[in-house]
Amino acid sequence: MQEFLEFTLGGISTGMIYAAIALSLVLIWRGTRVLNYAQGGMAMFTTYIALIVINRTGSYWLGFVVALAAGLLLGALLERSVVRPTLRRPPLNAVIVTIGLLIFLEGLAGIIYGGQYRSFPPAYSITGLKAGSVALGISRDGLFTAGAVLAAAALLAVLFRYTPAGLRMRATAFSPDVARLLGVRIGRVLTLGWALAGLLGALAGLLVTPTTFLYPNSMDAIFVLGFTAAVIGGLDSPVGAVVGGLLLGVALSYVGGYLGSDLVEVAGLAALVAVLMLRPSGLFSATSARRV
Amino acid sequence: MTEALAVEDLVAGYSAAPVLDGVSIAVAPGTITAVLGANGAGKTTLLRTISGLGRPRAGQVLLDGAAITARSPEDIARAGIAHVPEGQGVITELTIEENLRVGLLLRERGQRAAALAGTYERFPVLGDRRRRLAATLSGGERQILVIARALLTAPRVLLLDEPSLGLAPKIVAQVMDLVRQLRDDAGLTVLLVEQNARIALAIADQGLVLNLGQVVARADAATLAADEGLRRHYLGF
Repeated sequence: MQEFLEFTLGGISTGMIYAAIALSLVLIWRGTRVLNYAQGGMAMFTTYIALIVINRTGSYWLGFVVALAAGLLLGALLERSVVRPTLRRPPLNAVIVTIGLLIFLEGLAGIIYGGQYRSFPPAYSITGLKAGSVALGISRDGLFTAGAVLAAAALLAVLFRYTPAGLRMRATAFSPDVARLLGVRIGRVLTLGWALAGLLGALAGLLVTPTTFLYPNSMDAIFVLGFTAAVIGGLDSPVGAVVGGLLLGVALSYVGGYLGSDLVEVAGLAALVAVLMLRPSGLFSATSARRV
Repeated sequence: MTEALAVEDLVAGYSAAPVLDGVSIAVAPGTITAVLGANGAGKTTLLRTISGLGRPRAGQVLLDGAAITARSPEDIARAGIAHVPEGQGVITELTIEENLRVGLLLRERGQRAAALAGTYERFPVLGDRRRRLAATLSGGERQILVIARALLTAPRVLLLDEPSLGLAPKIVAQVMDLVRQLRDDAGLTVLLVEQNARIALAIADQGLVLNLGQVVARADAATLAADEGLRRHYLGF
């Protein structure tokens, strides 16, 4: 019973990281119907920026904020410069461009920072919390991780639901031509979507890297699991991204805890294959009715 | 007087088989012009080219005398042309009010609340169900919604593509009545594309007939409606 509690809470905190990556993928997919394979690479890069700022200034939080801002800028910049020209072309072009971006960013990070593993500080203590003598399987940092992603998701929900910018984003996601005919400048909407996705990815990088070390490929495995979470939830559902992340995080935590940690990545990939075979539109897809 | 909307020698589609082959139209302010013709005559392409969803290969589109040819759809909407596309364009994933609010994004913040209230007063069917998803509306209600949404952008010219499509005759009459009122009360300029020539000519000031991308007839509405040959060849009533 105690193991179960430990694995569940631990799964929730890693699941929220998958949720953050999944949300960033969903934001981009909804706006541009592009799957951003460079999302993990972008997050890796902004985490390096955070590490430099932290080492120079000694302030974790300054590095944290600078990395989020860098993610925002990087997302907007990449959309305007290399993604926009692919949107009027066959979908495969965008796929190749984002894979190229991933290779470019990882190569650039290797040139600038070298390939060695660097440790990255957590925001709070990573010592497991205890209730009396019972280990809870989650640390202060784990709580912060879950809270930060939940807060980001809640802010996004408010943005979508209650602001003109959110209405523009939703109208553009569901019916780009109708939005344009009503005067919505969808180019700006797409840039905003990429910027927000860059910010979410940067957040995920900051939260996960204390447990993985930082190196040019450090986000690859997390990206695959975040993508799996997005597919579980349905690639165009923000709610699905969060639920998918939590489901995957908890499920993989049980696999790692009860069956052995070697099996975690295999199980993640098996989950991806299973979802794609059984329910490719995901659990929460908003547009499945539209495709009928 | 300057035409509210003018189309000059518009050409669109591939050169071997142009969908529009030198179409010219002049629409006076505050009038309804019916564009008639069979399927494939180029009616929808004409509207899409005017509103910027399609690009012309040659020719000009003028709004109040100023060229807007081949600008982006969002810029053309901002210049004052509202295009209600065929198949309605309701955003079914949004609520009725959210659909209307997308139309309001063009307006100044201070005007939005009053404009929305005016819409609900005029169309109680929308006001009563403002929080429901637009997917729950019937075909006729959806047509009302998209026209109301287009009007919220405060357009100078309204482009309507087949508003009668798929609607029961009684609902069609209501929609056409609405279009007539918009001209009579608000002085709106309307370009009305219809396959149903009889109902379109009943409210239009002038009409023209498209066939294979060319204008084969143009006259005032009463003259077109009375022309036996045209009716038999192109209009089917």
